[in-house]
Amino acid sequence: MTHLKPVNRKAVRIDEATAPDVVALQRTALPLLPHFPIGCSLVFSPGWEADRTGGTAGLCQPVERDLFDCHIGCYWPAQVPDQLNHAPDWTAKCAAAQKDWRKIDLVFP
Amino acid sequence: MTVQALTSFRAREHHRFEAAGKPFVYLVPSAAIYELDDTADAVLRTTAQRACTRDDLLDALGDRDGLDSTVADLLRVQAIAHVDQPTPQTPKIIPLAPFPLTTMVLNVTNQCNLSCTYCYEYGEDKIVDTENGRQPKFMSEETARQSVEFVLKESGTNPAAHITFFGGETLMNFPVLQKTIGYARARAAELGKTVDFSLTTNATLLKPEIIEFLADNDVGVTVSIDGPREVQDKFRVFNNGTGSYDVVAPKIRELLRRHRSRPIGARVTLTSANLDVTRIFRHLTEDIGFWEVGFAPVTTSPDRAHAIGDGGYDRMLAQFRDLAGEFLEASVANRHHGFSNVKETLEELHKGVSKAFPCGAGLGLLGVATDGDVALCHRFAGSDTHKVGTVRDGIDRAAQQTFLERHHIANKTDCSVCWARPLCSGGCYHEAHTRYGDTTHANLHYCEWIRGWTDVCLKIYGELSVRNPGFLAQFDREPMTEKIS
Repeated sequence: MTHLKPVNRKAVRIDEATAPDVVALQRTALPLLPHFPIGCSLVFSPGWEADRTGGTAGLCQPVERDLFDCHIGCYWPAQVPDQLNHAPDWTAKCAAAQKDWRKIDLVFP
Repeated sequence: MTVQALTSFRAREHHRFEAAGKPFVYLVPSAAIYELDDTADAVLRTTAQRACTRDDLLDALGDRDGLDSTVADLLRVQAIAHVDQPTPQTPKIIPLAPFPLTTMVLNVTNQCNLSCTYCYEYGEDKIVDTENGRQPKFMSEETARQSVEFVLKESGTNPAAHITFFGGETLMNFPVLQKTIGYARARAAELGKTVDFSLTTNATLLKPEIIEFLADNDVGVTVSIDGPREVQDKFRVFNNGTGSYDVVAPKIRELLRRHRSRPIGARVTLTSANLDVTRIFRHLTEDIGFWEVGFAPVTTSPDRAHAIGDGGYDRMLAQFRDLAGEFLEASVANRHHGFSNVKETLEELHKGVSKAFPCGAGLGLLGVATDGDVALCHRFAGSDTHKVGTVRDGIDRAAQQTFLERHHIANKTDCSVCWARPLCSGGCYHEAHTRYGDTTHANLHYCEWIRGWTDVCLKIYGELSVRNPGFLAQFDREPMTEKIS
């Protein structure tokens, strides 16, 4: 540490305890980054709109794939029909999402 | 776009202070003290006001060298944190039983030959009936011996134990005190331990043989005395109302002359009518010759005439600050200064103690009543409500556990937002019991005073760290002592 000078014994102990270890590929000056998740949220919790770099490049893409991959367990990016109970055939006409995504239609309860 | 740009930082709990022209920070709850450079100080102050991204910091502080490494340093010691990192809850860790007993306070009598009107033991706020209660008025030799066995056993693997004799007026039971010391030394030697003794007295019963014995046996002595004659005689009176100053002053001088094996301290009770700290200090150190003087505000319910009100605490703090300034200048010059309150606080600051409990009561310190009942501390000795065992049957572990569960700092919501809690931890249980009728209550009536005093001591600590760090090194050598008052 160059900007803080430990003065009392507790400060010295904290200094020793938090001294950065030598770690391969250590890449940042900020050793205590908060954890930014890479995958989807654990449960039904929308709200993370940035990836771990602070951008959008690492989010689920393309949106077509996203719709398919996320529509059972995940809320984001949009509300989708309940395919398990009420709309089992909702994606029947959509064999390949990238190509056929326009064939997915609205579902009315 | 980078993480740093998106993430906001916010200062965590801390107390910033300046000493010797430099900025310092006291971190809460770790109790670590750091000296800051200009950039670190600027980042801390800015993030204390609002959450800032790196860009905000650049805007506020200008593009200066080392901003990122400063942020890294402050993050590392948790002076600041990312706003989305939740502040950790105070972990409620109850020490594992059996916790070794360090100090046992033996109330060898509950009788006193003085009738100090403010006394917590006999005055209007007393919690034990010492006149008609079931406790004997004097501890028997047998109970004292059992107490010695108790402390030696409960000290566990500690090589040393400490016994403090207390009262009442301790010396009213000098014969038992004398025999107990002999017995304890012999028993400790058999067990390969050492035992150390101290006592508190009002000095009225000191006489040459007693002084001789105390000196020969290295018994630490604390004298309860309030100051010059008119101050002492205001509250510290005999049954018939006459003051005790003229009785005690020559005896204390004799004690100080003969007893050179341990430093002898005075313990002063401050009241609304008795707040002239500097004058009292001068008298007790210069005229009488005490090595050190400690002050404590009287423990009382708020409606008593002698209770110290808000204005009184302010006055007391101002005087403490002046005296502490003297202490600082003496310490910078490596001269002794006997203001013991500041030294005790400096020691705790130096070690960085962050207390889960305000004191050792019920933990490393226990009080024993004249009948051998064990209480949280000497101030509760004899009270059934605060009993945690007997010297014969040992510590009631369930009662002790319940006590510790209920009094942990994590329970004290009032304290959770106070930066002084690492040192104060809510304050004296007995004071809280007297003020609020509840030992678990934080002592809210003196919060401002505690914060003010801690700030004074932090500044002195910071000054000493710059101007005479060698002075602080003494605290690395000395074992920590608990004061009994």
